[in-house]
Amino acid sequence: MRRLFSNTTFDFIGVRRYAYLLTAAFFIPGLVLLLTRGLNYGIEFTGGTLVQVQTTAPVDIGTLRHALDAHGLTGAEIQSFGSDRDYAIRARLGGGGGTEAGEGTVAAVRASLDSTLGSGQYQIVRHEAVGPKVGGELRQKALLAILLSFGAILVYLAIRFEWRFGLAAISATAHDVLGTIMFISLMRLEVSLVIVGAVLSVLGLSLNETVIIFDRVRENERKRLKLDLPAILNLSINETLPRTVLTHGTALSTMATLAIFGGEVIRPFAFVMFFGVFTGIFSSMFIAPVALMYIRRRWPMKGAARAVTAPTPRAAPAD
Amino acid sequence: MRNIRSRLITIGIVTALAIWSLIPRTTTVRVRDPVTGLMRDSSVRRVPINLGLDLQGGIHLALEVDQSKGPVADPKEAISRAERVVRTRIDEFGVTEPVVQLVGGDRLIVELPGEKDPARAKSIIQRTAFLEFRITDMQNLFRAALPDIDKALRAAGVTAAASATPSAVSQLFSSDSVRKKGKKAAPDTSQANQAGALSALLYQGGIPGEFLVPEEQRPVAESLLVRPEVARLIPRGIELRWGTQVESRGARSYYALYAVEAKPIITGEELEKATARRDQMTNQSIVEFTLSRRGGRIFERETGRHVNDYMAIILDGKVQGTPPIIKSQIGQRGQIELGSRSLEEANDLALVLRAGALPAPLSIIEERTIGPSLGKDAIADGIKAGIAGVILVVTIMVSYYRMSGVLAVLALVFYALYTLAGLSGFGFTLTLPGLAGFVLSIGIAVDANVLIFERIREELAAGKSIRLAIDQGFARAMNAIVDSNVCAILTALFLFQFGTGPVKGFAVTLILGVLASMITAIFVTRTFFMIWLQRRPTMQTLSI
Repeated sequence: MRRLFSNTTFDFIGVRRYAYLLTAAFFIPGLVLLLTRGLNYGIEFTGGTLVQVQTTAPVDIGTLRHALDAHGLTGAEIQSFGSDRDYAIRARLGGGGGTEAGEGTVAAVRASLDSTLGSGQYQIVRHEAVGPKVGGELRQKALLAILLSFGAILVYLAIRFEWRFGLAAISATAHDVLGTIMFISLMRLEVSLVIVGAVLSVLGLSLNETVIIFDRVRENERKRLKLDLPAILNLSINETLPRTVLTHGTALSTMATLAIFGGEVIRPFAFVMFFGVFTGIFSSMFIAPVALMYIRRRWPMKGAARAVTAPTPRAAPAD
Repeated sequence: MRNIRSRLITIGIVTALAIWSLIPRTTTVRVRDPVTGLMRDSSVRRVPINLGLDLQGGIHLALEVDQSKGPVADPKEAISRAERVVRTRIDEFGVTEPVVQLVGGDRLIVELPGEKDPARAKSIIQRTAFLEFRITDMQNLFRAALPDIDKALRAAGVTAAASATPSAVSQLFSSDSVRKKGKKAAPDTSQANQAGALSALLYQGGIPGEFLVPEEQRPVAESLLVRPEVARLIPRGIELRWGTQVESRGARSYYALYAVEAKPIITGEELEKATARRDQMTNQSIVEFTLSRRGGRIFERETGRHVNDYMAIILDGKVQGTPPIIKSQIGQRGQIELGSRSLEEANDLALVLRAGALPAPLSIIEERTIGPSLGKDAIADGIKAGIAGVILVVTIMVSYYRMSGVLAVLALVFYALYTLAGLSGFGFTLTLPGLAGFVLSIGIAVDANVLIFERIREELAAGKSIRLAIDQGFARAMNAIVDSNVCAILTALFLFQFGTGPVKGFAVTLILGVLASMITAIFVTRTFFMIWLQRRPTMQTLSI
């Protein structure tokens, strides 16, 4: 029998102050970055036009830039899409103009490529034009989707466990969603619909992780009445550790394959999920249990058989 | 033993259903006929999984009522008029599976898989609708011309299909309103047993000027009608227009072809209002309409001349529904009685009238064009990532859990099968993010097995017997599996609710994947363990 991390007795609750430090070390610069640089929204959210071209011969990005400038697309972004023959050209909406502006962009891209490469030497493989109204709506909907799923999960966990568990799980998940958004800002990833999907998947994944640990907590609280909460929490995290390692090992390896083989559209998704797996594990081990502890202390269980003791710096390791 | 057998039977049935829903089958699609350039039904064999636009290439358009040139009184009504109009033009797009869909009550989504030219698609959608009322060919001029047309076709070397009935106009149903064939229609005795190429395809319908064409013969009829020698012989002042729906009579389906007067008695410009209602007294469905004052005067004159004639309602060159009879002179206000037809049908007709009367200008708010090569690359990438992911997962599971890992991997095969079958069976669309969701859910599918195996190991470590450890391992892991999976499904549901096209595809594969992984982990893997235990009742150590 091959075993990893079984019968461990790590003191997760005891080292929570280091976890705070780690969170702060990521969140403070992350927040600053998010507030100063913000997010790089894709045209789905801002409105605008994207033209993806594939050329028969390699093109220099500078040459392309000059040609586009010459044809009036001065503000457009050019991004290499995997190779020096694939480029995505983005023109965000600048005040007014619906997708009719998109027609102009496509025509200008065609004209620039005609002049630099000659017609027939390239192909427009993708073209998207989004009006300003759609973009605004999408942003609202994305936010709403995240908030509503928080609400639904809170209700579900309140029914299946107890509302204190739900609240603790949500705070850990909120930590992950926020952290993931900071990661997206840090990596300058373009916020597309696929990325929103990735953020929601991180939400699901992190929750899944927390629920597995809380399920153990629920069980251990019934079974081991002698132990206090920090000890129960430590025991539960340690008991589920082999599963965490194995499950996320496989999850990370599938994410890695997606990042390597999945193509340009999927790659950012895989990056975000990769980060999400780590933050999900971290928050389930350090944020969710600690949050549960403080929530229980603030709102003690009524008629609980167990007195909630303050966490001691060195909590009794399980077994 | 019996327990195992019934489990195996259940797995067998579910698996058989899954495989059945995935085997390539013949589906009917509309394709452009290379000869005539018109649309016809054709059948292809393919695996019944819908691919999203991002995987097969095509055009996605979102449209709203254009209010930039002044507010539109009722945008919701206007967009449904527009939808009705776009639907009648669906064949013009020339793609096999166009989607025209109203979303959120104020937005029209048009998806054209395989279409490459956005300008053409947009011009079809944004063209102003044209409604006209025309009297059908009451004198049967077209039918009278059929023998000459047949003769001309024969001269051009076109003969009827062998199976055709050897009469000029085949009488499908005897109808009193139709005059019996005159002598003129009788073919030459020398060619009595040779059917007319065109007339053999046409069956006289219930009203003058109406012909029914068997559904499968429509492309042939269309190709004949566009030939110059035929077009020349169609009587002056008569034009041919196809109906919109397929009607079934008995075992066969027919398209209606109408011979109508070339000059409309009135056009949509003169129409002001049209509403549908159900008459309380007679329990009839009725469409009431109001014309402009000028239109009223014209209509009064025309209907006065055409009492007891049939009037075809033509939107964009297509006859809508069955032409009603003009019972008496009609002025500014009139009504069309649909008899026992449903109110829905009446509402649809009223919508047609309004669409022709008040064209709804549409503005494009979102447009996406994806080239077919991009989709092919994406599928190839997805398959590559999938295979690599599976190899890694299999390696990890088998090297860590040994024989139990092998069983879990075996269950994974069922999991993949069920997920794909779910996509196909419920008619969901596989998109590029959906492919990512599928690869991601392979990882998630493993989680349930890992939870169970870790529990079994714990029970074994606690000194329990193998049989008991397996039983309790499955039982104890259940709570965690259900709770975590329900949470995953809850978030995916919101994603589905919020998402458009591609993201919806991601949510769908994720939901299906989580459900399938629960079923396989709890039921299929369990069954494998039961069989394993039964085969080796004396097993001392479990390979886990």
